[in-house]
Amino acid sequence: MTLPNATISLEQATEHGLSEEEYTSILQILDREPSLTELGIFSSMWSEHCSYKSSKRWLKTLPTEGPQVIQGPGENAGVIDIGDGQAVVFKIESHNHPSFIEPYQGAATGVGGILRDVFTMGARPIANLNALRFGDPDHPKTRHLVAGVVAGIGGYGNCIGVPTVAGEVNFHAAYNGNILVNAMTVGLAPADRIFLSAAAGTGNPVIYVGAKTGRDGIHGATMASAEFSEGAEEKRPTVQVGDPFTEKLLLEACLELMAEDAIIAIQDMGAAGLTSSAVEMAGKGGLGMALDLDAVPVREEAMTAYEIMLSESQERMLMVLKPEAEAQARAIFERWGLDFAVIGRLTTTGRLVINKDGAVQADIPIDPMVDQSPEYDRPWEVTPPQEILATKDIPEPVSLSQSLAILIACPDLASRRWIWEQFDHLIMNDTIVRPGGDAAVVRVRDTNKALAMTVDCTPRYCVADPEVGGAQAVAEAWRNLTATGAMPLALTNNMNFGNPERPRIMGQFVGCIAGMRAASLALNFPVVSGNVSLYNETDGEAILPTPVIGGVGVLDDVSKHATIALKGADETLVLIGETIGWLGQSVYLREIASQEVGAPPPIDLDTEKANGDFVRGLIQDGRVTACHDISDGGIAVAVAEMALAAKGLGVALTLSGDAPLYGFLFGEDQARYLLTTSDASAIVDKAGTAGVSARIIGKTTSDDRLTLRPDDSISLDVLRLCHEGWLPAYMQGA
Amino acid sequence: MKSAIIVFPGTNRDRDMAMAIKRASGQEPHFVWYTETEFPKVDLIVVPGGFAYGDYLRAGAMAARAPAMRTVVERASAGVAVLGVCNGFQVLTEIGLLQGALMRNAGLKFICRNLHIRVETSASLFTAGYQPGQCISVPVAHNDGNYVADQTTLDQLEGEDRVVFRYVDADGETTAQGNTNGSARSIAGILDANRRVLGFMPHPENATDPAVGGTDGQALFDGLVKALS
Repeated sequence: MTLPNATISLEQATEHGLSEEEYTSILQILDREPSLTELGIFSSMWSEHCSYKSSKRWLKTLPTEGPQVIQGPGENAGVIDIGDGQAVVFKIESHNHPSFIEPYQGAATGVGGILRDVFTMGARPIANLNALRFGDPDHPKTRHLVAGVVAGIGGYGNCIGVPTVAGEVNFHAAYNGNILVNAMTVGLAPADRIFLSAAAGTGNPVIYVGAKTGRDGIHGATMASAEFSEGAEEKRPTVQVGDPFTEKLLLEACLELMAEDAIIAIQDMGAAGLTSSAVEMAGKGGLGMALDLDAVPVREEAMTAYEIMLSESQERMLMVLKPEAEAQARAIFERWGLDFAVIGRLTTTGRLVINKDGAVQADIPIDPMVDQSPEYDRPWEVTPPQEILATKDIPEPVSLSQSLAILIACPDLASRRWIWEQFDHLIMNDTIVRPGGDAAVVRVRDTNKALAMTVDCTPRYCVADPEVGGAQAVAEAWRNLTATGAMPLALTNNMNFGNPERPRIMGQFVGCIAGMRAASLALNFPVVSGNVSLYNETDGEAILPTPVIGGVGVLDDVSKHATIALKGADETLVLIGETIGWLGQSVYLREIASQEVGAPPPIDLDTEKANGDFVRGLIQDGRVTACHDISDGGIAVAVAEMALAAKGLGVALTLSGDAPLYGFLFGEDQARYLLTTSDASAIVDKAGTAGVSARIIGKTTSDDRLTLRPDDSISLDVLRLCHEGWLPAYMQGA
Repeated sequence: MKSAIIVFPGTNRDRDMAMAIKRASGQEPHFVWYTETEFPKVDLIVVPGGFAYGDYLRAGAMAARAPAMRTVVERASAGVAVLGVCNGFQVLTEIGLLQGALMRNAGLKFICRNLHIRVETSASLFTAGYQPGQCISVPVAHNDGNYVADQTTLDQLEGEDRVVFRYVDADGETTAQGNTNGSARSIAGILDANRRVLGFMPHPENATDPAVGGTDGQALFDGLVKALS
């Protein structure tokens, strides 16, 4: 059998990102040369982005089960049970490569894509989060990228009307050539009405809904599966263009149809567009699919089968409907002004057959393409351990309070207000805890429950010790949820790494996964969804390993949540968790001593769990007035953040005898929390019984100052100026 | 109080508005799809916030030409109270029920933040529950909230006591710092000549619940219920 354009050379296959070996497999599967359209389909399906060929064997080791899990990895998003017949649907996804090339559209379509993943499953999105990594603030591109990414995230989320409630941002020279834009969406659905992608019912119509198909984003998935080199801007045509208005219509139309008994299967068209959604739906259903591309709504003339199959135009969905529901569904989509087209049928052949212009353009057996997709056991190297640094080996600061003022204004710790005030974080009227705390808290509408949500990763720990860094990312997400009083339920992960073909990078991936696995198991915090972004390298320079964790927890009684802000004077500050003053890989070491060295703080998962469960219990019992997890910058930064979140309240620490004090104040020992309470002695007693370390380290005051040592204090107004000032000044080009 | 909320493609604060109205009046508002020119007799019509038609072309421009708005104009001229919030304010200026226009914020960025708002007059359906000069905290969430009008119009609005709300600083003063979006004379809300149509840029519906940022917007809804029930 011959198909049009069947003059494919190995060279063309290589240009499509396929290896010689992979091309040989294609020849075997087809038993002939592929057409250009088929080559495009295979290259997309077998791209790193779609096939997970380097990461699959390691991802399989992550824990994905638990009584709370309704749907683990493998669908558009993960689903967990929050009781009362309700489910939370959530996932995080990267849009790194496109955002570097075109920051506004790259970030905007990242948000649009993850929103679609969530509402495809039948959930109404109720919150967005984002995890961003930019290059050195002094790098000439950084300011432009920050401005574009922030505007793009806001432009999409604000328009569609989903609040953006939390996020994290780091700056580091390792991201100069590869920024990271990870977007997460959390949605709410009836637990018994979750929509999946497996097609069923031979002969049933395959329906295309949403926006029209254009030539944008062709080869996006392949582009996201390769390194950058000079001239990355030339790849701009591979970036999609977002239309949040159309997505809002698509969201409402889909949810309206989902309330009826009409949909058998639904899949959004994301990476690799119509190709991957068609293969996914038919493949999971064990069926074939015949598509007539002449029926696909297009917005440009003379589009070829190749272009239609590989376009990543946004705001599109593929559905299989019950045949009798077709008219009803069409009426809904037409009312919302959206295209609705029957573009094919399910078949029994097990083949994906693409027709256009009266000819067969592709005819591929689906199972072999999916089952024989490449899976690699890439060679990997263990990351060499870093030296454990003693506090005495690290320079003492000239002044504790001046060091604090520097830390709290440094790019990684300065206030992110300039960013989150450009995001509508209040729409839907359920935002209980706004951005700026440990985790956002969003009420479950019409109930007394709430969800806590956060995104976290500490890449400098991951590069120094991937296993510790992977575990720490999971532990910190769990800790941030716990610090609001929520019970952490499950996580989604976004694995951002360099080129997996380098054993050093693959070793970082393997190490991070091992750490994440251990922490997920120990903390009963399973992985329900995720995304992998590899090849974040430019000219051989890789990013820091950045396994971002998005965590979701539940509060059964929203009124019993804690925030970081101090609430009153003359309360006692209690430190939960052991402090030895670990300064290796700390922000202090980097910002004050200009060194990025040493082993990161170790993670003891049993202690982590015991301390967190203890703190959560205190919050639930109403014995805590404020709570904050201790992370970057240590106790000093945590105390300052608690005071800055309040007005007119200060803190006096009583730490005499702790030598060396700078280690105690700036060390980043893990599994720690700061609480304020008027019930301190009872809490310390209770901690003793529970085997949890708790000690009184100070008092809140009414004098608007932070006293680190009797002879060293600083005005909170000064700290506030430092903390709030950096980002706006930087963005103005100061 | 019977109410209707107009929904355009892209409207997104209709649910928030409905929650606030229901909380104040105990009655569910009637949602009116933009194509409907016939809808039940109501005491209050709300044009809510959002991004009608994606704010494409110009915020509010296309929504102002939607069929349902013809009925809104008819009802307004017959004296039915109309509240336009945020995108709704933009629509009401585009259709000419209110004077002036809303331009891009002075800082050219979207702003989502609680702002200090001063109630300038209690002589309206919408502000009878407030004291003149009272300062309240209400969130804004907009790209285009920079109110502009010519000097004559601004003088007229002030002379007729139709400037209802102003952006102020923490001390209650109209300063550049308090006027985040750069509005002419710090104007945040105005009335039509009949004092039955209000355009208000901030979101009072997002300030009606103590659990999510205060209740300073509640008096607006309570006042409407009292006046229109």
